[in-house]
Amino acid sequence: MAWLSKSLNSSLGKKLLMAITGLFLVSFLIVHCGLNATIFLNDGGVTFNAGAEFMAKNPIIRTMEIVLFGGLLLHILDGLRLWMDNKKKRPVAYAVIDGAANSKWYSRSMGLLGTLLLLFLIIHLKHFWYFSRLTDNLTEEHTLYNEMQAVFASPIVVAIYVLGCISLGYHLLHGFQSAFQSLGWNHPKYTPTIKCIGAAYAIIIAALFAAMPIALHFNLIH
Amino acid sequence: MEGNLNLTLKIWRQKNAQIAGKFETYQVSGISEDMSFLEMIDVLNNRLIEEGDDPVAFDHDCREGICGMCSMYINGRPHGPNKGVTTCQLHMRSFSDGQTITIEPWRAEAFPVIKDLVVNRSAFDRIISAGGFISVNTGNAQDANSLPIPKDDADEAFAAAACIGCGACVAACKNASAMLFTSAKISQLALLPQGQAERSKRAEAMVAQMDEEGFGACSNTGACEAECPKGISIENIARMNREYFSSVFTSK
Repeated sequence: MAWLSKSLNSSLGKKLLMAITGLFLVSFLIVHCGLNATIFLNDGGVTFNAGAEFMAKNPIIRTMEIVLFGGLLLHILDGLRLWMDNKKKRPVAYAVIDGAANSKWYSRSMGLLGTLLLLFLIIHLKHFWYFSRLTDNLTEEHTLYNEMQAVFASPIVVAIYVLGCISLGYHLLHGFQSAFQSLGWNHPKYTPTIKCIGAAYAIIIAALFAAMPIALHFNLIH
Repeated sequence: MEGNLNLTLKIWRQKNAQIAGKFETYQVSGISEDMSFLEMIDVLNNRLIEEGDDPVAFDHDCREGICGMCSMYINGRPHGPNKGVTTCQLHMRSFSDGQTITIEPWRAEAFPVIKDLVVNRSAFDRIISAGGFISVNTGNAQDANSLPIPKDDADEAFAAAACIGCGACVAACKNASAMLFTSAKISQLALLPQGQAERSKRAEAMVAQMDEEGFGACSNTGACEAECPKGISIENIARMNREYFSSVFTSK
């Protein structure tokens, strides 16, 4: 298996790993966002709570949760490794850089956006994953929906979540189509569609997620 | 050739690879807007020589955009502000009177500075040596069309082969990555029948050499493609990824 570790440690291999774990996380976000969006059904969180209970009890989902943390960890560690390697490749920095002339700022800032996302994720996991999985605070009287209402009563928390969603949106805007390029999938027949789906995906996911704390904070849903 | 441009030049001066460099500021006046950028540096150098100073060292050869030698990073961009040109094809009409122009060498671990604006790009030669060739018998030329090649493939191979190895892709990349160069060299051979015999070995060997030379990984920002004087497409980088991994996963 030396051939595999050698090629996964090459500059191309690191990007392949980034692309595969990234697309895996992209698929997770669809499930997460779809389930959470049931709060907009205005049924007092009944559907949302039922979904949350299923996710907490189903053994397949619980197993996938471990795979998810594994994938997330790989994505973070690989990103960290790429960032540390890449910054060594230009020991003397340019005095003047006109980056905007040749590329999008967010495509050059994936490490920064990823770091902001990680900080947000720590806060987010503490709010909901820790609360629902590792404590006994979840009851019939205090559901996950109630906990969301309680957490998002604070305007500071809402602001942090909205900023987190903006970071996520830009990270996905570059990451989605970039993953296909790293996988070698660049072709006149498919690439325009991939870029279009990527942009739509990034905007829809970020906007839906950001709408949740805002709607709960301002009591726009019941 | 008298003109009316008066410019302030901030130029990176560095004696050799060992001694740290710094910026020096020079004033040039009466520059014609019809001059090329290199001719403007020539005017400065003539004056420096007359004054007994050390002229600014810079790479140049053909001065018609085909050799890839000129390599200046001008106001934050390789080969200056215009698209699809090398520094020798950049004219002073792209600048305005009174402007300050900052001129730096390509900056990359793999491209050490030799002097001032001259960098050592032999890392590219070693990537080519690792596999960017085909092994054929010498002797009489074959009959034309003995190897049928579809026009589209020939065009695509030609587009990749337009790479002049100037290194603007490395200079533009935030990771000083040589993916566009290496992928163009892999693509021009992978697309043609003559390249098939060594196809899979080639991708692995050239990527390994590229990594060993100290070039960075790809962030898919597309800066290389935007700054390439020959308009080489990052579709080639995707092809290199395919070539590399299909070799890694299928070779024996």
